[in-house]
Amino acid sequence: MSEAIRLADITEADIGRARTRLPRAFGAPWQERAVHAALAVAVVGWLGYLHWLFDFGKILSGLDRLWVIVGLMVDWSHFASWDHVEILKSMLETVAMAFLGTLLSSVVALPLGFLGARNVIPSGVFRFFTRRVFDVFRGLDQLIWALVFVRAMGLGPIAGILAIFVSDTGVLAKLYAEAIENAEKGQVEGIRSTGAGQLMTLRLGVLPQVLPVMLSQALYQLESNSREATILGLVGAGGIGLRLSERIQINAWDQVAYIIVLILITVAAIDFASRCIRTGLITGR
Amino acid sequence: MSDATEDPAYRLFEARFAALRRSRRTETLLAATVLGLLVLVSVVSTEFYPSRIAVGVPKIGEYFVKLLSVVPARGADPVPVVALSHLFGGVKEPQSLAYWFYRVGTYAKLLWQTIQMAVLATVMGFTGAFILSFPAARNLVRNRAILWFTRRLLEVMRSIPQVVLAFILVWPFGIGPLAGILAIGIHSTGALGKLFSEVNENADMRPIEGMRAAGGNWLESVRFGMVPQVLPGFLSYALLRFEINVRSSTIIGFVGAGGIGQEFKRVIGFNIYEEVSAIAILILLIVMLIDLASERIRARVIGNLLAR
Repeated sequence: MSEAIRLADITEADIGRARTRLPRAFGAPWQERAVHAALAVAVVGWLGYLHWLFDFGKILSGLDRLWVIVGLMVDWSHFASWDHVEILKSMLETVAMAFLGTLLSSVVALPLGFLGARNVIPSGVFRFFTRRVFDVFRGLDQLIWALVFVRAMGLGPIAGILAIFVSDTGVLAKLYAEAIENAEKGQVEGIRSTGAGQLMTLRLGVLPQVLPVMLSQALYQLESNSREATILGLVGAGGIGLRLSERIQINAWDQVAYIIVLILITVAAIDFASRCIRTGLITGR
Repeated sequence: MSDATEDPAYRLFEARFAALRRSRRTETLLAATVLGLLVLVSVVSTEFYPSRIAVGVPKIGEYFVKLLSVVPARGADPVPVVALSHLFGGVKEPQSLAYWFYRVGTYAKLLWQTIQMAVLATVMGFTGAFILSFPAARNLVRNRAILWFTRRLLEVMRSIPQVVLAFILVWPFGIGPLAGILAIGIHSTGALGKLFSEVNENADMRPIEGMRAAGGNWLESVRFGMVPQVLPGFLSYALLRFEINVRSSTIIGFVGAGGIGQEFKRVIGFNIYEEVSAIAILILLIVMLIDLASERIRARVIGNLLAR
């Protein structure tokens, strides 16, 4: 240990020596500062460009209209006169859409997941192709699928269910394939050593390992899909979104707020139920 | 042989095995019944009947064929939108790429706008979440009221669907990208704020204590004790959020909130089939490209920051 240094004893020369020995302790060198300054200028310039592109001034001029809307939203004095049956039925329809879409996709994604897994299909070309197909299903948002399906087959929840089904199949097939690839080899080899064929090996060696994982992933998707299903109606694909969009268009802001609160409650309830089932799955009932 | 089956231990095993199988079977049966009932209720409430599906699904096939075909001249039969023989023909030549994407200039402008919307919304979300994440961290704030309030605020921000938010914001702020940016920005604030506050809660408290011991106030101790260690995590989450926001900004236009989505809604409404498929392909490409780029950047930026 060196002897104690007193503050009063430190001279300018000491500081100078320290500065040459540890320059970074006294602040960044000028090169670095120049880079930072250039970055700051660039950010400011970019913000100016964005202002030209988007015109932020409209935020200020729109604020008073926003307050009017918020004021109307919190006034629930006409609560009794709202069409509760219609709203609640649409809410049920939304949950049903999410449930059916997720159920269908989790079933269809099962064989697709096996086809996309490296340890099931060793052919790299085939796997590349299947994976890219999943990417296309996944890459386009559910709302885009919904809009396309609504144009193709008309308004209604069936278009919404199919939209959930298509995009969710892409997601789940990818997740399932990854789960299958991560399955432990020991059990698979054990089954194969008893003389089982390829199909039996998958059924008895892989499936029991990955099924709980898959189920919990499907439940995650159910949660996310029930959120998504609430907005599918905005493009005409059924469910509560349709009611919401009607009420926004006629400026019934009190009912808009009510429907949003209902959506939040429903989503929270589904999250809760799904979490209960998932913990049940992990702990083995 | 017969001795083994008369062994009491063997019998006990058999009895327990049978009981276990029976209870498993009832469990499975119960689960199947519940699932069946749920399916039944869902099918009835959405009218997802096989007869209607059988009518609807072929229509989707027909529609996709239309999306990928083009009418070369007035009154002529539709042909596939691209053909190898015409692939590199000019803008005037049907079945060429140039004919299919003849409005690519407009699309490029709109895609650029869409990405700028996503960037700005991410910056907005980052800023908001950065400010709110410290008062929402349990290890930094002892005051229960502040914790409760900021946490509920973030929760509300992230649970309202952003498309709904955009639809509402279009009324005060007018049709256009501004409403979309605000909607995505508010949602990002809520989503990032939660993640950031979790990063804060997992941070090492010793630098903070050191700052306090050196006489720093709350703000200084957070600035010099907390921010340097949590910033890499924040940036990583923000980049991930940017990917999500690019996706969101492509669809937020469906309710009139700007970007390529607004144009997509328009061409789909007017049944300009080849443009619908062209825009869909561009959206798909841009989303995949941004995902790839952001993955690269994330690996590099985080590596650099951690190496310091």
